[in-house]
Amino acid sequence: MNLNDIIKPENLVYSKTPLLTDNVMSYCPGCSHGTAHRIIMEVIEEMGIQSETIGVAPVGCSVLAYEFMDIDMAQAAHGRAPAVATGIKRCWPEKYVFTYQGDGDLAAIGTAETIHACNRGENIMIVFINNGIYGMTGGQMAPTTLLGMKSSTSPFGRDVASMGNPIKMTDLVAQLPGTYFVTRQSVHKPVNVRRTKKAIRMALENQKLNKGVSFVEIVSSCNSGWKMTPVEANIWMEENMIPFYPLGDLKVDGELVKK
Amino acid sequence: MKELRLMKGNEAIAEAAIRAGADAYFGYPITPQSEVLEYLMAQRPETTTGMIVLQAESEVAAINMVYGAAATGKRVLTSSSSPGMSLKQEGISYIAGAELPCLIVNVVRGGPGLGTIQPSQADYFQSTKGGGHGDYRLLVLAPASVQEMSDFVKLGFELAFKYRNPVLILSDGVIGQMMEKVELFEQQERVSTYDPTWTLTGKPKERERNIATSLELDPYRQEKHNIKLQAKYTAMEENEVRYEEFNCDDAEYLIVAYGSSARISQKAVQLARAKGIKAGLFRPITLFPFPKNEINKFGSQVKGILSVEMSAGQMIEDIQLAVAGKVNVKHFGRYGGVVTAPDEVLETLEKHISGGWK
Repeated sequence: MNLNDIIKPENLVYSKTPLLTDNVMSYCPGCSHGTAHRIIMEVIEEMGIQSETIGVAPVGCSVLAYEFMDIDMAQAAHGRAPAVATGIKRCWPEKYVFTYQGDGDLAAIGTAETIHACNRGENIMIVFINNGIYGMTGGQMAPTTLLGMKSSTSPFGRDVASMGNPIKMTDLVAQLPGTYFVTRQSVHKPVNVRRTKKAIRMALENQKLNKGVSFVEIVSSCNSGWKMTPVEANIWMEENMIPFYPLGDLKVDGELVKK
Repeated sequence: MKELRLMKGNEAIAEAAIRAGADAYFGYPITPQSEVLEYLMAQRPETTTGMIVLQAESEVAAINMVYGAAATGKRVLTSSSSPGMSLKQEGISYIAGAELPCLIVNVVRGGPGLGTIQPSQADYFQSTKGGGHGDYRLLVLAPASVQEMSDFVKLGFELAFKYRNPVLILSDGVIGQMMEKVELFEQQERVSTYDPTWTLTGKPKERERNIATSLELDPYRQEKHNIKLQAKYTAMEENEVRYEEFNCDDAEYLIVAYGSSARISQKAVQLARAKGIKAGLFRPITLFPFPKNEINKFGSQVKGILSVEMSAGQMIEDIQLAVAGKVNVKHFGRYGGVVTAPDEVLETLEKHISGGWK
């Protein structure tokens, strides 16, 4: 098979989903957002629900998600995406609605909106990108920053006595009766990308069941914020983030997964 | 056939919302406006018109639910009172920036801080000058009766969609809590078509995706967006000024008052006329756009203007700008939750007249 054969349409084995726009992504090379965006758009394409899906992206690196996702979208104020999504979903109960939030957004300023949307059992998907840092504002400490982890506002490492503990929001929301599917995944290896994609698909399909929130945490890397190369960041994430935020399903079909 | 009912102002807001074909209400309890949410919950409009009613976890969440719902092109509203309105300001700024239509009701109480649950008009600045961050305006309607509480819900939705801008009904604890006869308008259909140029309905193949956003990182494009917003506010100033005059034609002294203060001042004008004082009442119905040209005309007619408002003096600044120094403008009003009495207004009027209105 020569080059001309390889590029023939019938030999195509993979292509970018048309639901990702051709706009140049604003994310740093090595960032998990690009992969997470792609997975969500691939699932929406495969399910054929582009015309029935509305996304919400609040303040954070992914506030510009609407530049890259070719679906109707609302940009939300910092922390308020679950409330905005509630407003949309209550008006369009038959459509697919999701939020795409970072850790500062979901687990700090938007804790109340997150907990209450989950507790009401809104039929939405919440995608939670947890990279343990405020990326957009330049690497400040997040609610999920690990103990001892350095950031621009914890330059000597996060200290539990004065800065408190990292919060496990996913474990918290799994306890609420309003959540139906709660899982923690990552996208740093092909196997994890496949698992995350499966989780996103299940989370979107669940919306037709009217049984509550599907919550997908994606443990992510922020090599720029962590001051590492992309490869170093993935290794650091595996050695430090994942032991504290272990991967796997926490709640499936409304039942807590027994460990 | 006329449908007359004896209702509280807050109940009239709620009933009018259902009748105006509203799709959703999101609110949070706060005195003195909780009857809006209570009335809607008791009426269960989801079983009749299909209107959604949801008690949010906070005023912050409620206004963001309004943001999301408004972005779908539906008719949505929220209501609150002063401390709750402060919490909503961030969301209102986003809604104005993203150019989404919605209706907001503020049943004002005394402040600052937690203040009091009694009536006040001290949120005038917040309501008419923007309120949150950034250069934006709300179209502000000031009802002076329970009837207008009902009528302005319908009008408010029309104006909100005409300009794709939030409309604020600036009421207060007097109008919200008092009961009056109200003639209700007929039930309207809920909207079933959505403007394909901006509403979030899900992107069909034949159009570009719609985005509800107030973000523009390029300052030159953000400036352009601001200029577009300002043009909209100018159009409101040209087209939407509303006001009412009472005994103004031969007036030598003019009281300017809105909302409940206008009702009180109308009585004061009657008392003054009975004593031979040629007083008149000018009532702004829209506070933004402010009837500045109409008030300016009185600058060369009257010997003095009295701004009666239940605040330390806020609207007085707009009156002074309107008359541009042609006549002295004085302020009177009780505040911090105390309601002004008509004889107090009359006394103030007489005091300034005898002092040469200096």
